[in-house]
Amino acid sequence: MCKDCGCQDALKTKLDHHHHHQHDHSHQHSHADAKTLTVEQSVLHKNDVIAHQNWHWLDDQGVMAVNIMSSPGAGKTALLETTLTKLKAKLNISVLVGDQQTDNDARRLQTAGVQVKQINTYSSCHLDANMIQKELGDFISGNEDLLLIENVGNLVCPAAFDLGEKHKVAILCVTEGEDKPSKYPVLFHDADIILITKVDLIPHLDWDREVAYKAIRQVNSNAKVIELSAKSGAGVDDWCDALLGLGSKTKQDVA
Amino acid sequence: MHEFSLAQSLVEQVTELVAREGAKRVIRVEVSIGAMSGVMKEPFEFCFPEAAKKTCLEGCELVVIEVPLTVLCADCGAQSTADTFDIHCAVCKCRNVKITAGKDFLLNSVEVD
Repeated sequence: MCKDCGCQDALKTKLDHHHHHQHDHSHQHSHADAKTLTVEQSVLHKNDVIAHQNWHWLDDQGVMAVNIMSSPGAGKTALLETTLTKLKAKLNISVLVGDQQTDNDARRLQTAGVQVKQINTYSSCHLDANMIQKELGDFISGNEDLLLIENVGNLVCPAAFDLGEKHKVAILCVTEGEDKPSKYPVLFHDADIILITKVDLIPHLDWDREVAYKAIRQVNSNAKVIELSAKSGAGVDDWCDALLGLGSKTKQDVA
Repeated sequence: MHEFSLAQSLVEQVTELVAREGAKRVIRVEVSIGAMSGVMKEPFEFCFPEAAKKTCLEGCELVVIEVPLTVLCADCGAQSTADTFDIHCAVCKCRNVKITAGKDFLLNSVEVD
C-alpha cells in the first residue's frame, strides 16, 4: 500500500516517477539547433494513469477486482464457472471476460446467474485499463463485492498492462509442462495467487510437481500456490477461501 | 505481441512532447527496456519504424538501452543482477530480495530540432 493514497505500491511508484519528472522538459542540452529533452516517463504512462483511477474508483466503492491471467485453454472459464457457483450466494459478483473474438465465454458464464460482460479486444492481445474504465459506473455498478476479470489467454502481453486491479492471479495448467513460470516470468512474478489447474489429469501426464514448484518459487517466492481441478472440484474450496482471504486482507490494509 | 501498440504509445507520447516544445522534427529517441518489463527489444525495434511512419518521428534514430534485472537483498544487503527466471541474491543466494531496477519501460529522452 502506498502511504499517500493506499493504492498499489508498484503503480504509485510508476506514477510518482512521472510526477517527479513531468516538468523536466526544460532539461535541454543544445547542439546548434538540435536540443535533447529529458523525459524519463513510462511509455505505459497513459495506461498507468487510467489504472490508478480505476483502482481508486473500485476501492471507493468497496469492489475487490482480481485480474486472472493464463495461456489460452488453461481453464480460466471453467475455474470461474465453479467459483461463481460456490461464491454467488455469499458475494455480489460481476465478471468481465476478455477475448479477441466471440462471446462464447460470457455466454458460458451467464448460466451461473451473475452479471457477465464480454470485452472483445479484436487485434489486441490483452485487456488494458481503458477497456475496464469504460465499464465503471455502467456495467460495474459499484455495488459488487468482487469483480473477476478474465484476461485474454496469453502469458506475455497481459503482464505489461495494469488494469487497476487489487490482485493478480496466474494460472499454470498441468498440460502446459512445469516450466511455464520460467519461460514467462513477468506474469508469474506479479501474481498474488498461482493456481495449478486440471490436476485431475496428472495421472495421465509426466507431470513433476517438484519441478513445477521450483520453477514457481524461482520467479515468485511469496505467492500462495493452490492445486485444483474445476472438473473434479479438488482444491476449489481452498481457492475460494484464498480469494475471500484476499478481500479480508485488503479491508484490514485499507483500514 | 503488444510491441506494436507500445510503439504507437511511444509515438503519441513523443508527438505530444514535440508539439508542446514547438519543435519540428525528431532526430533521436532513447528508451530503456527493463529485463522484467514484459517488453522485448527486437520486436519493439521492428515495430517502431512502422508506428513512426507519417509522424514527426519518421526516420528518427531509435536507441534502446537494456536494463538488467537488479535486486537488493533484504538478508545480506547486497545489490546484484539476476536472471528473470531465477530471481535471487547473487551473493548469499537467498530469495528475500526486492527488485530495484529492470521492471520499467521508459522514454528517457528525445532529441529534436
